[in-house]
Amino acid sequence: MDIHEYQAKEILSGYGVKIAEGGMAYSPEEAVQRARDIGGHIWAVKAQIHSGARGKAGGIKICKTHDEVEAAAESLLGKRLITHQTGPAGKVCGRLYVEAGTDIVKELYFCFLVDRSSERIVMVGSAQGGMEIEELAENNPEAITKIYIEPAVGLQDYQAREMAFAMGLAPELLSHAVKTIRGCYRALRELDVSMLEINPLVVTRSGELIALDAKMGFDDNALFRQQKISELRDKTQEDPREMAAADRGLSYVGLDGDIGCMINGAGLAMATMDMIKLAGGEPANFLDVGGGASAERTEKAFRLVLADKGVKAMLVNIFAGINRCDWIAEGVVEAVKKIDMKIPLIVRLSGTNVAEGQRIIAESGLPIITAETLAEAAEKAVQARNEAVAKEAAQEA
Amino acid sequence: MAILIDETTRIIVQGFTGKIGSFHAQDMINYGSNVVGGITPGKGGQTHLGLPVFNTVKEAVRQVGAEASIIFVTPAFAADSIMEAADAGIRYCVGITDGIPTQDMMTVKNFLRRFPEEQRMILTGPNCAGTISPGRAMLGIMPGHIYTQGNVGIVGRSGTLGYEAADQMKRLNIGISTSVGIGGDPINGSSHRDILEKFEADPETKVVLMIGEIGGPQEVEAGIFAKENMTKPVIAYIAGLTAPEGRRMGHAGAIISSAGESAAEKVALLKELGVTICPTPAAMGATVAAVLAGL
Repeated sequence: MDIHEYQAKEILSGYGVKIAEGGMAYSPEEAVQRARDIGGHIWAVKAQIHSGARGKAGGIKICKTHDEVEAAAESLLGKRLITHQTGPAGKVCGRLYVEAGTDIVKELYFCFLVDRSSERIVMVGSAQGGMEIEELAENNPEAITKIYIEPAVGLQDYQAREMAFAMGLAPELLSHAVKTIRGCYRALRELDVSMLEINPLVVTRSGELIALDAKMGFDDNALFRQQKISELRDKTQEDPREMAAADRGLSYVGLDGDIGCMINGAGLAMATMDMIKLAGGEPANFLDVGGGASAERTEKAFRLVLADKGVKAMLVNIFAGINRCDWIAEGVVEAVKKIDMKIPLIVRLSGTNVAEGQRIIAESGLPIITAETLAEAAEKAVQARNEAVAKEAAQEA
Repeated sequence: MAILIDETTRIIVQGFTGKIGSFHAQDMINYGSNVVGGITPGKGGQTHLGLPVFNTVKEAVRQVGAEASIIFVTPAFAADSIMEAADAGIRYCVGITDGIPTQDMMTVKNFLRRFPEEQRMILTGPNCAGTISPGRAMLGIMPGHIYTQGNVGIVGRSGTLGYEAADQMKRLNIGISTSVGIGGDPINGSSHRDILEKFEADPETKVVLMIGEIGGPQEVEAGIFAKENMTKPVIAYIAGLTAPEGRRMGHAGAIISSAGESAAEKVALLKELGVTICPTPAAMGATVAAVLAGL
């Protein structure tokens, strides 16, 4: 789960990380009020969306007057910002963070993340902040320092010092840097953070170390013990279909294609989507209905897939283990009857009680296309999709 | 031979008396696995499914000589159960539980590494379907009847995609020595590489099929191991060709978050390392058959 910059800053500030003075605004008037409260002559008006690279997308505006703050807020609120992290659909900005301008002397990069290779927390830093770390890793990998944390004893001060020096900080800032790094690590451990990035971490003219941006991601598996973090979820930043799926205990990811999918198991789901692609089609979604696909769950999954109006054909691929094909078949038949499906449906069942499942589909009297193998299922789905598209085109003509 | 488990392996079930634990314990017994009891703290001394229930794993090791365990404990307490098994001297543990926090798994891995290698428990999973040595023993939740005994080793992250592979092979009369699920979590007990090493040492296994997916470095690490240390052919399929970057595809670990983690990149790297690639997920059986025919 991701949170907004302002939320991450509030959390980190509680762990001793310095941030610039700022406040939230939901309207241009509020934004001006925040600027007044903060005082000074320069402010940053920052769009709060769940994505990095907001600056490049025009989501951060530097303002020198209250009028400029108002204009910036007006232009950002309700705006759809598209970054390479949001995908082409972008994310709508519904909140702003107005922050005091900072007199920057130096920009650094700093982050903590879970390293899957060493199975440890790794601390990453660079004296070259501001740009994206991927870019830096490609162009100047020597400028990046990585320090691995031993899980049993945790982060040590010497490691924080090593990082401070690697980031090129002056000795006067050392104790402040150690405090900042330790604070971040404590937050990470206590709150089940999977990624914490401060980019840039800046040195100001007055000699302070400030987190100018902050990004935090949390381990979804640990949210059960992080009640306060769960409450920070901003549903407007997530795909409504994915949210609806999660509420129903289904795992769904919306994609750009037009062949809807319902599959049991994440690996088989990905493989089926690959097969659709290899057969010349494009999947509309990833959907794992899980092991216990009951009739009720099947109906919910169907409704979810069909809520995407771009879907031209739907493929169901179930490998029944604990489950039984006859139960799945009954669920599918019931769902199709209830929903009054208008698009072609291809069903491939395999595993426990497959013959009985196929019989139920065949005797249902519904125009369900069946397939025996994975390859056949994908080919038939692509073919049905192509026929449906051709028919639509003919009707329009 | 097979790897990890056979018909003699004395198995206990952690989370034995719960609904899911009971269901799968019975299924494993029906398959012929040598289940010798189970653990439910506070219910020690009772009998469940005709077998003794113990309060602690240590008691089960002492009293019925438990060697392997399977975990059906809820996510919040699963890491603790795994560590209890390791400390009690269990040799091999399968974690079925889906949803264990990453930091808990880091603790588990760190805990396991403190044992000298010859005493260290092997863990596979969590978030997996388990391990089966067809015709001998099943330590998992898979449908046992789709596997036939033979000479191909399977290691994979996904449950149902593993079933798909077993089914394709059964249709071609190809049998399996052992099929091991390593699970879909970012930090797991054993990697693809760890299991390849075991298959290489198993005289019964002639060929290994590795079923990987997007995210993480394990498939490529396994490819490097295969190139440097294996005499047996390795075949791979990597799921997630259509998966967009930065999105989690069902499994907690199935997310492309850095360079080299996409299916296309993994396939290219594995090819370079001399691993035979299944061109499509529908061709897993046929690719294995072709490699077997060439031996």
